[in-house]
Amino acid sequence: MSLALSEEQELLRNTAREFIAEHSPVKELRRLRDEQDPVGFSRPLWKQMAELGWASIVLPEDLGGAGLGYAELGIVLEECGRTLAATPLVATSLLGANAVLLGGNELQRKEILPAVAKGERILALALQEGSHHAPYAVATRAEASASGWRLTGRKSFVLDGHVADQIVVVARTSGSSGERDGLSLFLVPKAARGLEVTRTIMVDGRNAANLGFEGVELDRAALLGAEGRGADVLDRVLDLAAVGLSAEMLGTLAEAFERTIAYLKERKQFGVPIGSFQALKHRAANMFVEVELSRSIVLDALRAIDEGRADLPQLASIAKARVSDAIHLIGNEAVQMFGGIGVTDEEEIGLFLKRARVAELTLGDAAFHRARFAALAGF
Amino acid sequence: MENLETFRAEIGKWLEANCPPSMRKPLGSEEDVNWGGRNKVYTNPEEKLWLDRMAARGFTAPTWPKEYGGGGLSKPEARVLAEELRRLHCRPALNSFGLTMLGPVLLQYGNEEQKREHLPKIVRGEIRWCQGYSEPGAGSDLAGLQTRAEDKGDHYLVNGQKIWTSYANYADWIFCLVRTNPTAPKHDGISFLLFDMASPGVSVSPIKLISGSSPFCQTFFQDVRVPKKNLVGKVDGGWTIAKALLQHEREMIAGMGLGGGGGSAASLEQLAKEYCGSEGGRIADAAIRDSVAQHLMDTRCFVTSLRRSGDEAKSGQGPGAASSMFKLYGTELNKRRCELLVKVLGSQALGWEGAGFNPRELGTTREWLRSKGNSIEGGTSEVQLNVIAKRVLGLPD
Ligand SMILES: Cc1cc2nc3c(=O)[nH]c(=O)nc-3n(C[C@H](O)[C@H](O)[C@H](O)COP(=O)(O)OP(=O)(O)OC[C@H]3O[C@@H](n4cnc5c(N)ncnc54)[C@H](O)[C@@H]3O)c2cc1C
Ligand SMILES: Cc1cc2nc3c(=O)[nH]c(=O)nc-3n(C[C@H](O)[C@H](O)[C@H](O)COP(=O)(O)OP(=O)(O)OC[C@H]3O[C@@H](n4cnc5c(N)ncnc54)[C@H](O)[C@@H]3O)c2cc1C
Repeated sequence: MSLALSEEQELLRNTAREFIAEHSPVKELRRLRDEQDPVGFSRPLWKQMAELGWASIVLPEDLGGAGLGYAELGIVLEECGRTLAATPLVATSLLGANAVLLGGNELQRKEILPAVAKGERILALALQEGSHHAPYAVATRAEASASGWRLTGRKSFVLDGHVADQIVVVARTSGSSGERDGLSLFLVPKAARGLEVTRTIMVDGRNAANLGFEGVELDRAALLGAEGRGADVLDRVLDLAAVGLSAEMLGTLAEAFERTIAYLKERKQFGVPIGSFQALKHRAANMFVEVELSRSIVLDALRAIDEGRADLPQLASIAKARVSDAIHLIGNEAVQMFGGIGVTDEEEIGLFLKRARVAELTLGDAAFHRARFAALAGF
Repeated sequence: MENLETFRAEIGKWLEANCPPSMRKPLGSEEDVNWGGRNKVYTNPEEKLWLDRMAARGFTAPTWPKEYGGGGLSKPEARVLAEELRRLHCRPALNSFGLTMLGPVLLQYGNEEQKREHLPKIVRGEIRWCQGYSEPGAGSDLAGLQTRAEDKGDHYLVNGQKIWTSYANYADWIFCLVRTNPTAPKHDGISFLLFDMASPGVSVSPIKLISGSSPFCQTFFQDVRVPKKNLVGKVDGGWTIAKALLQHEREMIAGMGLGGGGGSAASLEQLAKEYCGSEGGRIADAAIRDSVAQHLMDTRCFVTSLRRSGDEAKSGQGPGAASSMFKLYGTELNKRRCELLVKVLGSQALGWEGAGFNPRELGTTREWLRSKGNSIEGGTSEVQLNVIAKRVLGLPD
């Protein structure tokens, strides 16, 4: 598949860009933050996005999806990334819906996915327990009980966890923390008794939540996929989500970069535009290379999903590592090059730096993905 | 598509039948590279045979028109050929500045007579070319060059000095930038000349590199008479051609990012396990493991970017000054690879010659030193950054 965009994809990009610019410019994120919006994103906007088919681009048509590919979803995510649009795309469409699609039975899929496609159901994935992404470091336990399962443990950094209608929880049915075997996935309703949800306010103005499970009782049907084989589904879901998140990050880093270049051309000091100083030019040119390499690998990773390529796990890690490094660099450089104005809350570039750091750590930072890549490659 | 697959099958069969066994081994050292030329002595007759067979089909310049000796292949066909060559481990039949730099420029700017005269000889590897651009006072500031070419009616009289002329001591002809108008602004008085290195008044003296080899020279011109028909393009209009050629040069050098030579068939990760130890199949040193992973990832991103650039060019999109980006990143990547190899091999990468070091280790040392030139030749990394800042990002002077 060509790495250049087709005409249809260009069209989708333009529509997405216009829509996002109108309905969710950066100042919308600022509004949500300043008003401490209890949801953290705009539900009406999410409904509209769902009507455009964005919530379900990659879902099969018989489940209410558009039946398109990740190449298309990536375009939408990238445009969302450009304006830092707060949407449940990652939590609901990439993490939650994919867990149901890949792990769920017929009943679970039919009950949940069409509702997601319509923008009526918010999902989340509760995985992480410590301060770093480590997919198999799961101590949360699920024990067989009279009615089904009893869940005990804690989760942190659960994206959109405070508003999710249903949460896919990764718990251990056997083995001990760090082991790949013994993980199972469970569908936990928001209203479950014994589930304690604490919303955390993150530095990027978006949502994550801490969850506590105090002997949460689940019925038998809450199990998603095979008992003890949850990692088979989880690995794949995390790859898909890492690639999708990388596409969103690509939009964010490209926008931060372009804003910085524009500022270098317009801001004058010493009687000349600061962009005429070679000390800044060379750094800008290096950033440009980072943007281009990031774009190439994200496009390739998205296409690897659509083509069903076997090297997707490697590619997902390369993409996430690359964009994590690039967004880190560009976030820092952008604020520095904006000078004093760059560290003010009023100037939007600082919001990009904040988002950069959160996105970088979400689903594993560059060091995590390098280690994973090395393990996959056998060294 | 189907045609391409038929083509692939046909080419594969032809290569199987025509590539001699000794040409299907990895290059051992720089000496194994065939640069062709009038003075080339073939100690291995199969090397000559391989070149002749490839040249007869125009496959040394696969995309050039057949009328000038090229293969007349489309780009996708040429890619298939390259893939088949790689698949069968065939050595490049010919390596030449004529193929990678001068040829493309002659096709674009040369007149009919010049194309007919020079291109077929390049394809057949009969004439080895060198590049007379840099001068002691004109490196990064290439347009500041001083070598003079005076109009003497039926010929030009060339006087001056070039430096860093790669392989000038082996070359048959030179493509050379000369000043034809000393009073015009510096970019507007330059012309692009071709001449025989055997002309009276041309002399060369090799310069030794930190890597120990002497691949380039100082080149002196004293009253060299160059026939007027050897001027390419318009008089004083050479800068456009010079820049076009640099684009081709940068693309060629960018390929170095993919690592190559050095004779090290073993991969970075294998070497790391061998020299740094392994624990449970992993490279024992966590920092080295991280660096190796990073390097492989960067390489993948680079290769994917080259591919995207090709795809975008095909569909008429994409950034124009991409060659500067690839030159910059490719060479920096190759330098990082060499640095990492030295780190991996430890003190075994610090040998110069003789006992205590195997050929691969000694090769790594030399390759590391040679790689330092990557970010200098063809325009330094700083110059590429300037080009990107100015041409791609539009930052002001
Ligand atoms: C937290 C904070 C506290 C401050 N406190 C005070 C204070 O108490 N009193 C006070 O008077 N000021 C204060 N300042 C202002 C501070 O001195 C300026 O912000 C600083 O001098 C930079 O100027 P600028 O913001 O206009 O950036 P600019 O000068 O516009 O610089 C923008 C970017 O261009 C770069 N740049 C500019 N010129 C060149 C050049 N010639 N070569 C290469 N790069 C260049 C800069 O390094 C920067 O990256 C404070 C600033 C901050 C952030
Ligand atoms: C291995 C090798 C092979 C070569 N082969 C050939 C050949 O076949 N034919 C040929 O003509 N030439 C050849 N060259 C020469 C090459 O093109 C020049 O070395 C190169 O253009 C740099 O010029 P210089 O060496 O004069 O460095 P200088 O221009 O003196 O540069 C010195 C340093 O200053 C920096 N610098 C200079 N100007 C600027 C600027 N404006 N902004 C920021 N930094 C700047 C440079 O980046 C560099 O780091 C070769 C060079 C090498 C190393």
